[in-house]
Amino acid sequence: MRHPAGPATPMTRMGFFTDTSICIGCKACEVACKEWNDVPDDGFDFLATSYDNTGGLSADTWRHVAFVEQPVSVPALGENGIRWLMSSDVCKHCTHAACLEVCPTGALFRTEFDTVVVQQDICNGCGYCVPACPFGVIDERESDGRVWKCTLCYDRLKSDLEPACAKACPTKSIQFGPLDELRARAAGRLGALREAGVADARLYGADETDGVGGFGAFFLLLDKPEVYGLPPDPVVTTRDLPRMWRAAAGAALALVGAVAAACARQR
Amino acid sequence: MGSNMAECHPVGFQWVMEAKAAGARVIHVDPRFTRTSALADTFVALRAGSDIAFLGAIVNHILTNRREFREYVVAYTNASSIVGDDFRDTEDLDGLFSGWDPEEKAYDPSTWQYAGMPVAPSAGHREAAAQGEAHGHGAKLAAGEPATDPTLDDPRCVFQILKRHFARYTPELVEEVCGVPREQFLEVAEALCANSGRERTTAMCYAVGWTQHTVGAQYIRTAAIIQLLLGNMGRPGGGILALRGHASIQGSTDIPTLYNILPGYLPMPHAATHQTLADYIAANTAPGGFWGHTDAYVVSLLKAWWGDAATAENDWCYDYLPFITGDHSAYRTTLDMVDGKVKGYFVMGENPVVGSANGKLQRLALTKLDWMVVRDLVEIETASFWKDGPEIDSGELKTAEIATEVFFLPAAAHTEKDGSFTQTQRMLQWHTKAVEPQGDCRSELWFYWHLGRIIREKLGGSTDERDRPVLDLTWDYPLVDGDPAAATVLREINGVGPDGRTVSGYTALKADGSTRCGCWIYSGCYADEVNQTARRRPGHEQTHYALEWGWAWPANRRILYNRASADPSGKPWSERKKLIWWDEAEGKWTGEDVPDFVIDKPPDYAPVEGAKAEHALRGDEPFVMQTDGKGWLFAPSGLVDGPLPSHYEPHESPFTNPLYAQQANPARQMFRRKGNRYNDEDGKAYPFVMTTYRLTEHHTAGGMSRFLPHLAELQPEMFCEVSPALAAERGLVNGGWATISSARTAIEARVLVTDRVKPLTVQGRVLHQVGLPYHWGWKGLVTGDAANDLFALALDPNVHIQEVKAATCDIQPGRRPR
Repeated sequence: MRHPAGPATPMTRMGFFTDTSICIGCKACEVACKEWNDVPDDGFDFLATSYDNTGGLSADTWRHVAFVEQPVSVPALGENGIRWLMSSDVCKHCTHAACLEVCPTGALFRTEFDTVVVQQDICNGCGYCVPACPFGVIDERESDGRVWKCTLCYDRLKSDLEPACAKACPTKSIQFGPLDELRARAAGRLGALREAGVADARLYGADETDGVGGFGAFFLLLDKPEVYGLPPDPVVTTRDLPRMWRAAAGAALALVGAVAAACARQR
Repeated sequence: MGSNMAECHPVGFQWVMEAKAAGARVIHVDPRFTRTSALADTFVALRAGSDIAFLGAIVNHILTNRREFREYVVAYTNASSIVGDDFRDTEDLDGLFSGWDPEEKAYDPSTWQYAGMPVAPSAGHREAAAQGEAHGHGAKLAAGEPATDPTLDDPRCVFQILKRHFARYTPELVEEVCGVPREQFLEVAEALCANSGRERTTAMCYAVGWTQHTVGAQYIRTAAIIQLLLGNMGRPGGGILALRGHASIQGSTDIPTLYNILPGYLPMPHAATHQTLADYIAANTAPGGFWGHTDAYVVSLLKAWWGDAATAENDWCYDYLPFITGDHSAYRTTLDMVDGKVKGYFVMGENPVVGSANGKLQRLALTKLDWMVVRDLVEIETASFWKDGPEIDSGELKTAEIATEVFFLPAAAHTEKDGSFTQTQRMLQWHTKAVEPQGDCRSELWFYWHLGRIIREKLGGSTDERDRPVLDLTWDYPLVDGDPAAATVLREINGVGPDGRTVSGYTALKADGSTRCGCWIYSGCYADEVNQTARRRPGHEQTHYALEWGWAWPANRRILYNRASADPSGKPWSERKKLIWWDEAEGKWTGEDVPDFVIDKPPDYAPVEGAKAEHALRGDEPFVMQTDGKGWLFAPSGLVDGPLPSHYEPHESPFTNPLYAQQANPARQMFRRKGNRYNDEDGKAYPFVMTTYRLTEHHTAGGMSRFLPHLAELQPEMFCEVSPALAAERGLVNGGWATISSARTAIEARVLVTDRVKPLTVQGRVLHQVGLPYHWGWKGLVTGDAANDLFALALDPNVHIQEVKAATCDIQPGRRPR
């Protein structure tokens, strides 16, 4: 389903497939993103959280690699084994993007590639989009008051270049392309992993029937989304708005009715 | 093993990931669980500094269970060669080989020779023997065929000596020494055996985790023994890959920045033994193999450097070369500085006061210089130690009292200049300037060429003989915007023939002065007047050996010694692993790679009496750089610390060597002197093992990363990695501070408590290891103490590399005293 704010002539929907099973945690995606998009540093803070020192997606970090250390059992060592999950997170470019729906200025729009982008020259910094995002992706930059997030390298796409993070990824953990092709590829990869005995492998955001209508940037995870700090069942925050408006309108009408009735009684 | 490839070579690691996707099993053996371990199928934690015990036990496992690739071993290695009666093994002498001189603390290798063979010229001469790099390629052997026993039963044959040498390297010993459960060791040993043979091959990757030990060269020797026994050399998917520390470190040994070799691994002349060119050629020419043409390589080099001034009458200007008199390696030179023997110092692409062992000694050394030139992208610590170093902070040094005159010159980055990189596969890849360097930044080529030009101008008209080497240099590169054209340097390296056109390769080089060649192994990189290193034909347009992508030395061969991919009769060992083979109809070797063999030498070729160089090798002897054409399980020469690897404890170790009375490598290079105290003087105070390493986010001593916000923020502070058990034992808190100490100094670091560092059980007790990334110094956007300040100078005797991958330390909570 296309959003009414989308372009008049729809093109192929483009997106990311991030296969975390082959992510080596090099953070080349974070660096390439910042280089290309001129994103400032996110502070020089040692977080003592495995190898993660940027903490999460923010106005100043549009790709973020999560590091999850987990105890596992290994045949030769019993319960003494460990695994280290790495996953490069990014804006999901939702099919139903609440950030875009709540934006009062039209700064957030859906591009001809079916991606969701902030137009920095229009954003007035109202911040409505920030709580609207079910993933906490879009964020206000304190120094200038506007909101910033992944553009899926809109400028590069317009020049037939792949996004900087996908270009820099040495292991093809981040793949860019037409979403349909990526979904088919991801299904094949999931099948291969399951066949190899990786029982917990799963796709995240590849399902068009989920709460946001599927992601334009989806993932192959090796464990539950919660393990990576991702919401297990994200729902577009504007989903209930029509019902809420209807309920509010009903309540208002009822109130008007009650007032009218009261007035009538007084008369 | 000895490598954290995913973190330190992430771009190369893509091929490991591709291999894994194609079904390869990836095994990672390391003291820490790293990002490489995370992507491996199997991870094995072992004690830092115990790898030879682990690898030696694999050798024993192969031999005990007869898992060697017998036909390969008999035909292509020196397993059958008979060693002289005088040889005594470490098993006989409790950790020493025969020939040990306790006074000199050095070996006389003459008893390590094959039976009945005369002693090689270098034997017994320590300084000459210490030219390990040179001898690694074409180690000395006198002429003559050693006696052999193809049944491998003779008790004096290499195979039997090997068997006895490693007989006590059992899975139980691995458990005791390395802290690796025996089941896990057996799983790895069996996986290697099962994945080797006619149909399959196994590759090994290593990096400085193997080299930076007092017995580092022997770590790699042990791997070489395994790969030869399993038939994994010269075959597709096999080999030992040395992952180099920087983009072109391979190139900087091929065309060396090392004191003891000339381009192409020609030894640097030694003042004691190589007074004349004839002496030099006689000492460095092998009777068999391609080191039989040393004369052509060195004369062509001299002609490339001194052109028409080099004539037969003046021995091609041989005496213009510098001559060495002993060890002039980086650490020896540092100590010579401390002793006031060195006046000037050029520092480029290096930040020794952060990146070299014993940082304080490095800094003190620099105070004794008259002058120093530092060229770098930013003002690194080495350039500013005199005004803001830790010793200035502490008051130990005063700026006003440091007389060293420092010249800091800004350097251009690789994107700002033309040139080539040589990577781990010996492949040269040309890169073209993308942007102009800013301001006064200039390339190294620009700097050295103009430095030479100015010196030559200043010497102009000099009649002093000592100025001739500089004045007679060919120094005529065409300039492009003031920069010497880099491609013309590559062309000079390739070499030209009498017609002035580029030669096709090293086989065209002559010793009569008619050819010029700057580096014989690179000859062919500019064949047909084409920069072959700039070729970029995409992989999908050619075979997967991609012979038209870049250019690999020698002769664009992608797999060295690939004659070994075929059996002695010239047929591939298997269809699955075929690479090159003998085409009987055509009368030549053919296949998917460039054959690393005389192209028309048939498999049944036998040398005639008096045959020399490559013609002295048979048609079934693939190791063409070895004088006997064999892969050496046992090295009769070339190493100064033994013909076979033995497990020695690191110089600083909390354990005693359970194998021998000899605790550490007896030949290791030590400097017991002020400023270089060892922990062995009060060993009990330092109960833990520390090891240094790199992170993906930073580059070595930090000059290229700590100053860039997008990299600096990713690992913003010096930290140490410890296990929860050690944290509990010492009261260390995740995110808090710790002080790590050795006999040299104490440094502070933030604490990262992680299950990825596991306590190991070694010799029945729990051992804790402390991980220390070494990227930080006191300058840049993110700063921290330098891990290398904790380490002493204790070196491998073959290559003079520092032992920073295993030493002892203590760790306490809190910040260091100020």
